[in-house]
Amino acid sequence: MRESRHFATTTPAGPPAGTNHIGLTRADYDGAKTTLCPGCGHNAITSGIIQAAFEAGLEPHRVAKLSGIGCSSKTPAYFLGQSHGFNAVHGRMPSIATGVHLANRELILIGVSGDGDTASIGLGQFCHMVRRNVPVVYIVENNGVYGLTKGQFSATADIGSTTKAGAKNDLLPIDLCAVAIELGCGFVARSFSGDLKQLRPLLKAAFAHHGTAVLDVISPCVTFADHEGSTKSYAAVKEHDAPLHDIEFVPFFEDIHVDYEPGTTREVEMPDGSHIYLKKLAEDYDPADREAAMRVMHEARREQKIVTGLIYVDASKPPLSEDLHMPKQSLASLPIEQARPSRQALDSIMEALRTGG
Amino acid sequence: MTPKINDFSIHVATVNGSGSQTANSVLLRAIFQMGIPVSGKNLFPSNIAGLPTWFTIRASKDGYVARRRDNEILVVMNPETAAEDIAAMPPGSMIILNEQIQVPPVPEDRIVYRVPMPKLMEGITTDVKLRRLVVNMIYVGVLAEKLGIAEDEIERALNAQLGRKPKALALNHAAVRAGWEYSNKNLPKRDPYQLERMNATTGKILIEGNTAAAIGALFGGVTVVTWYPITPSSSLVESLIDYLHQYRSDPKTGETTYAVVQAEDEIAAIGMVLGAGWAGARSMTSTSGPGISLMAEFAGYGYYTEIPGVIWDIQRVGPSTGLPTRTAQADISFVHSLSHGDTRHPVLLPSSVRDCYDFGILAFDLAERLQTPVFVLSDLDLGMNMWMSDPFPYPEKTWDRGKVLSDVELANLPKFERYRDVDGDGIPFRTLPGAKNPKGAYFTRGSGHDEAARYSEKPEVYERVMQRLSRKLETARTLMPPPLITEDPGAKVGVIAFGTTHWAMIEARDQMRAAGVPTGYLLLKGLPFTDDLKRFVQKYERVYVVEQNRDGQVADLVRLEVGELSPRVHSVRHMDGLPIDAVAVTEPILARERAARGATAVAQGVGR
Repeated sequence: MRESRHFATTTPAGPPAGTNHIGLTRADYDGAKTTLCPGCGHNAITSGIIQAAFEAGLEPHRVAKLSGIGCSSKTPAYFLGQSHGFNAVHGRMPSIATGVHLANRELILIGVSGDGDTASIGLGQFCHMVRRNVPVVYIVENNGVYGLTKGQFSATADIGSTTKAGAKNDLLPIDLCAVAIELGCGFVARSFSGDLKQLRPLLKAAFAHHGTAVLDVISPCVTFADHEGSTKSYAAVKEHDAPLHDIEFVPFFEDIHVDYEPGTTREVEMPDGSHIYLKKLAEDYDPADREAAMRVMHEARREQKIVTGLIYVDASKPPLSEDLHMPKQSLASLPIEQARPSRQALDSIMEALRTGG
Repeated sequence: MTPKINDFSIHVATVNGSGSQTANSVLLRAIFQMGIPVSGKNLFPSNIAGLPTWFTIRASKDGYVARRRDNEILVVMNPETAAEDIAAMPPGSMIILNEQIQVPPVPEDRIVYRVPMPKLMEGITTDVKLRRLVVNMIYVGVLAEKLGIAEDEIERALNAQLGRKPKALALNHAAVRAGWEYSNKNLPKRDPYQLERMNATTGKILIEGNTAAAIGALFGGVTVVTWYPITPSSSLVESLIDYLHQYRSDPKTGETTYAVVQAEDEIAAIGMVLGAGWAGARSMTSTSGPGISLMAEFAGYGYYTEIPGVIWDIQRVGPSTGLPTRTAQADISFVHSLSHGDTRHPVLLPSSVRDCYDFGILAFDLAERLQTPVFVLSDLDLGMNMWMSDPFPYPEKTWDRGKVLSDVELANLPKFERYRDVDGDGIPFRTLPGAKNPKGAYFTRGSGHDEAARYSEKPEVYERVMQRLSRKLETARTLMPPPLITEDPGAKVGVIAFGTTHWAMIEARDQMRAAGVPTGYLLLKGLPFTDDLKRFVQKYERVYVVEQNRDGQVADLVRLEVGELSPRVHSVRHMDGLPIDAVAVTEPILARERAARGATAVAQGVGR
């Protein structure tokens, strides 16, 4: 794995050892035992989410976990057991997320979906969620196959990739990161379930983002897509993984000075005062440049590389609740005095209907 | 010639998009202002401009507001349908003809007033486009003069419509005046139709059902509204948006106490409703048949996971796209069990604009009390036509947010289980995301789950949960609005109706009573049925369920409900897309009654 000498370690100071800055232990972020196949990439992502939520110090009661249908969508049961969870219908979690956000904008929404759930049945809702900039950390656990129905291709399967039985996929894949960037998403990242060192800071950065954050995480299916011929097997992903940068995330509550040589690292400030540090690898990459991001995606496809890292970030776009001029307080908790207009209001409406005015 | 006073229908045949809506509204409102009971039915095509459209205004001293089959007065403004429209008019009827339109010879016993409308418009404006729009006001003037609508009432109605646009107001007024003067000078009155002042509309309002529903939602404390445009439902959310903007946002800061989202489709619309309902908001959407079809999967999800939400269905004619601008009551059985598996939803059945308002509020209380999606089935006739009503009263009761545990209550509980029936009414307690006590967290899933919301495929667990949901529906029976029952003394026949069929039923009962068949009447307000239904059916030898669909959907539900009494239940259906009229009720019932009573008499004769 990539190491960087330039990054400070982020052990929080203050709270007792083994607890985060709000005093919870890592175990407070655990969920139920997984029922997925041993070795499933999704389980690694689950532990990445647990660790990232712990390190970010998310308050579990302020988190709502959402998912659609599929192997990936089962995983919210396996992390953050002290948070409310919502396992929706197939491909429609984005609309649920939108409704939850409208009702209570104080909640942090973590959505987990799969490539079938997002790129096939749910592509429409995914696009519209991104377009509205609903604040959701939207994680796609992407393995290119339908696991629960035993190995059919999904819409992210690469051309030429084969099923376990040898059938070849002839259709172009839908690149969810490219779609998200095209639709104006303000946080687009790609990662690999085998690279938690990269995924964890990406997740923490996504928690700090105020709009839709799309994380497309390649997550090999050990049962139906880990064979030779699959472009999303562990071996294939490791071989083609092309990280854009090394990533470090420093949350707002940590006063850490990151020491780096000039010209080697880019810094992105998030709205809550957190910082993302991106250390240059082979080439300098500017994740604020939308056209460059699209170019990199096209090149990656041509060269059959899997570009990982923070592909595009623009934290300035207002989330849906601000577009709608919603109050800071959650709509769900509005008292009747604010939700029901006065007797005089009804009188004036009735008078207008009486006179036609 | 005996004058016919305050009891006739005016049928205006125009072209869609020609601006006749303003003219017709002015007429309707002027008659309303004269204190005469009035109703308007807009029969319009699925089209923005160019296709034929008709508007019927019924004045009725007796207060009848249902559609009638025959009209006494016709205004001919559409060359395309003129011949057919005229042919439909009975002897003695009155026809106002735009002289420009060529029509076949009209029989002598129809009274025709020919009006040189284009010529009259020449003196009013040189703008050709305006002439086309304002020409409709000529027939308003002619009708006003012939029928005796006072000019000041027309003026008031015009003012209400166009008061904010002085130029348009002046132009329209000039056209009314031109029509009035031409009629007065050149067309001696030969018809018997007359409007005379009454005081039957004092204090009343004129309103469309969709607007009434919007006001209900506004005062019901709705906070999240999602929708996808569809006829005939769009005007519900559009008027709600206007009211919310006016009464629920801060004029200075622009901060709102609501959120409205136009969704990408009806699946997303109901998804947002359920997401918001799960998180504790009063959420709603409004749609029509095709949208309901799309919502099916989520509707079952909401039922099984027990999430409140309100869905309005402004019914139109199906199947499929059907007749999008015509009315029906044909979504009842589909909506009542919308989704696969054993799904059942409470359904409210508004019959009046007042019901639309009341149920606009009640639907939220029911949804949150019962923790389930609640459907409100209006229809195009109720939603998009103008109805008279007493003003709506301010809701005196506070809202019912249902069994939601607060942080304090949660802290005091030894444990919390989301789907445990603690009180025996089939309704469990819930917590909202954001609840601080970790005991309150639970996982909502559409897959099999036990009382503690854990995944389960155990047969006995599945059955237990489904039986409890069934008990919850029994509780719903006690919370549904009771039917309205009115009974003629000595009646042997019962009639059951719901929704807009009510207005034809009022008139039909008078007709049947006059024909020697008094009736008992049950106006159904919702599903599941309350206990009143069985008691009602028990009282009558024959019970007719009258509805606007092909197969008698509610008759079937009534038969199921009354079990051994089901042979008493007969079905009367109307299904051509036009609002049901009284004759459509009276004729089949009287025919069957004659047969039944005759047969009884014969049987008795043989017995003796």
